[in-house]
Amino acid sequence: MTPEQRQAFEEGLYQFVGRSLHPEPKRSYDTVNGAMIRQWAEVMGDRNPAYTDADWAASSARGHLIAPPAMLYVWNQEGYAVASTGRPGDGLADLVAYFDSHGFTGSLGTNVDQEYFAEAKLGDAIYEDAVIEEISEQKSTARGLGYFLQTLAKFRNQDGELIGTQRFRVFKFIPPEVPAQEKPESATELELPTRIQAPRGQDNAWWWDACDEGRVLIQRCKSCQTLRHPPRPMCGECQSTEWDSIESSLDGEIYSFVEMHYPKFPGYQYPLIVAVISLAEGTRLVANVVGIDSAEVRIGLKVKGRVEQVDEKTMLPQFYPVDAAEVSA
Amino acid sequence: MSYNTLRFSEVTVGDKLPAEDIAITSSLISCGALATRDFEPCHHVPKVAQEMGLPDVFMNILTSQALMARFVTDWSGPEAVMKALKVKLGAPNVPGMLMTVTGEVADKDDSQQVITVKVLGENNIWGMHMEGSVSIQLP
Repeated sequence: MTPEQRQAFEEGLYQFVGRSLHPEPKRSYDTVNGAMIRQWAEVMGDRNPAYTDADWAASSARGHLIAPPAMLYVWNQEGYAVASTGRPGDGLADLVAYFDSHGFTGSLGTNVDQEYFAEAKLGDAIYEDAVIEEISEQKSTARGLGYFLQTLAKFRNQDGELIGTQRFRVFKFIPPEVPAQEKPESATELELPTRIQAPRGQDNAWWWDACDEGRVLIQRCKSCQTLRHPPRPMCGECQSTEWDSIESSLDGEIYSFVEMHYPKFPGYQYPLIVAVISLAEGTRLVANVVGIDSAEVRIGLKVKGRVEQVDEKTMLPQFYPVDAAEVSA
Repeated sequence: MSYNTLRFSEVTVGDKLPAEDIAITSSLISCGALATRDFEPCHHVPKVAQEMGLPDVFMNILTSQALMARFVTDWSGPEAVMKALKVKLGAPNVPGMLMTVTGEVADKDDSQQVITVKVLGENNIWGMHMEGSVSIQLP
């Protein structure tokens, strides 16, 4: 989009702010009723007697049953038309079409905030009055370039009493181009995520291959016998490129560590302690410390490593506190 | 049956709610969508969800809202009056996942007798599915 095109697009876009979704408040197809509440409560596993136990409700502070507040938006939903003849048009559909026609075809619900001012009772008719409340300036996010739009719906009963409001925030964005050959086959299996795999190249593949077989090796200079880790082609002491390796005993102690809290990565187990381990041989290694309460981890703690399979694709040395390792060994 | 409801005076900021594991099944997803009158095909037709790049049908927002609200009222008891339910949406819930819901009392408003509970729902595959807060008024 050129700056001129963007300006023209945004001029049209911000015209939508303040526009109503419905020409007049839209009445729920059914009044608040026990059958829909029971169905909702069954599926959600909600045994709150305020929703479904008339005897309890009669003796409660309220004196009657109420609708689950979280059903606020349910009563005015369009229903089966959405799956059969298509969602009926409204003010929001016009805005979505405007976005789509300019390439902002991606759509992602990000927030739904409801506030409640009164509890709906059986027999209440619910009237929804909704407007496009705001459209953000253009934002660049991890999903792509786009705009946040927010609708504000107000729900009133037949007496005009405000029962609740809902603010719904959606990000409309230009989805990144994915080359056809990279589009995932419609995978029907839910794949368990694994850890991020270390890249294996000419200089380090041997180390990972040994790890796959359950051994942690340390590179050794053939000329001056200096040990080094991580693997690299030349000795830092004598510049020799001749090397062999020894196997580590995996005895060591914690030299330094962090606990990773946020963001959480799929495929990793939490709490996640990432430590620099000083091995008895003298080199250091980055690895996870496990089998210990994270509050107990400290610099200088003696640890013992084991090479273990941590997920379907990954073998890694993991370090346990020495006491625990002795107990479970 | 008798049911207890927490008193406002019994609750302290920092109180933790009992964590709950919810198995995410095809039935929960599609029946949850229908129970909230959400007939979007992506919540009951796997093929439509797959065309959107997901492995299977995924949970609709109204079901996530319902589960977050229930998590708090299960703990508080039935005389609690819900004042607000604020949900930020994360990764989708699809069948085969397990969602662990945790919560902690984050705020007490003495003037209104309203407490606010922060809630987090994380699935075991993709992490945060929903996070937000539920505000309830207690006797």
